[in-house]
Amino acid sequence: MSKTLEEINQLYPDVLREIGNVGAGNATTAIANMLNLRVNMGVPRVEFMPVERIGTAIGAEDSIIVGIMLGVEGDVDGSMMFLMDLPSAHHLVNQLMMRDPDYNEEFNDMDLSAIKEIGNIIAGAYLSALAGMTNLTILPTVPYVAIDMAASILSVPAIEFGMVGDNALLIETEMSDELGINGYYILMPEGDSYEKILRALGLPMD
Amino acid sequence: MAGKMIKVGMADLKVCKAPDNLTTIGLGSCIGIAIYDPITKVTGLAHIMLPDSTAIRNHSNIAKFADTGITKLVEDMIRMGASKSRMKAKIAGGAKMFDLGGSNAINVGQRNAEASKKKLRELGIPLISSDTGKNFGRTVEIYSANGEFLIKAVGRDTYKI
Repeated sequence: MSKTLEEINQLYPDVLREIGNVGAGNATTAIANMLNLRVNMGVPRVEFMPVERIGTAIGAEDSIIVGIMLGVEGDVDGSMMFLMDLPSAHHLVNQLMMRDPDYNEEFNDMDLSAIKEIGNIIAGAYLSALAGMTNLTILPTVPYVAIDMAASILSVPAIEFGMVGDNALLIETEMSDELGINGYYILMPEGDSYEKILRALGLPMD
Repeated sequence: MAGKMIKVGMADLKVCKAPDNLTTIGLGSCIGIAIYDPITKVTGLAHIMLPDSTAIRNHSNIAKFADTGITKLVEDMIRMGASKSRMKAKIAGGAKMFDLGGSNAINVGQRNAEASKKKLRELGIPLISSDTGKNFGRTVEIYSANGEFLIKAVGRDTYKI
């Protein structure tokens, strides 16, 4: 029988944290390179929290956020999500589209494609860091974007984690310097995928 | 007489009496189940996340599931003076926030809606109206005085069912 996220967290709390740190670090560097920015990244905060609280974890429930969701396949199954607030998303899109930094009209189709591309790069970098550490094949699928109330978007990971236990794992990363961007990562492995990752890192599960 | 607007969180349920009213913010794939008794004006709202408590191995919160959550909501309302025979229900939510193939999450909204309807049928509580599915989040408010159920979504006019 596979271990719950709670059991894994009790066994190896620092390892879950470290996986988050390395993945988020790689992803943030990838964005900085893509946008040709000097970015200072704070140490990511890794939070283990009851699924009920995830709707308010990154701000007010009804604040509008941008969520990019991708499937994860290969040796590990599941999905991942990158979330940011609306100003951060505008910053990134403006930078990518070489627009005035203060432009904040509603996103058009081109902007949404740019957001998907940001999702591709972030997920690719995050997962390749994880794949590099574990020697597992871990690949992202096509990204999907939703712009809506935080609680509505976060109900998706809340439900994914809720299917297997009472807690969720959220990684927050703050990027500063030229841009003030707050991004959040959520990795949602299905079934025994977390266990598989930890085993691949050489950690016994008994 | 203006009552309080009481907030119900995710995987949470609450009951109140007129003039107080209930709201839950940002239903995504979750379902908001509002039940009211038009005579005593006792009203309840549950914000469930998953369809079936028996399908999940590790859990501790019965308000998380359609089956156990609705049962508890009805019990709490009866305790506050509502009569089950007069209860009427309205539901909203169950959206598919991301059009992602292959994942369980794709249809969990729809499964939540079906499980909620099934539980209400089992309990003999008529479902007066529902607004489920589609791809956007919903904030709902249930008014105890008349059972009015308001739905607010980003970029849309507020509507009632």
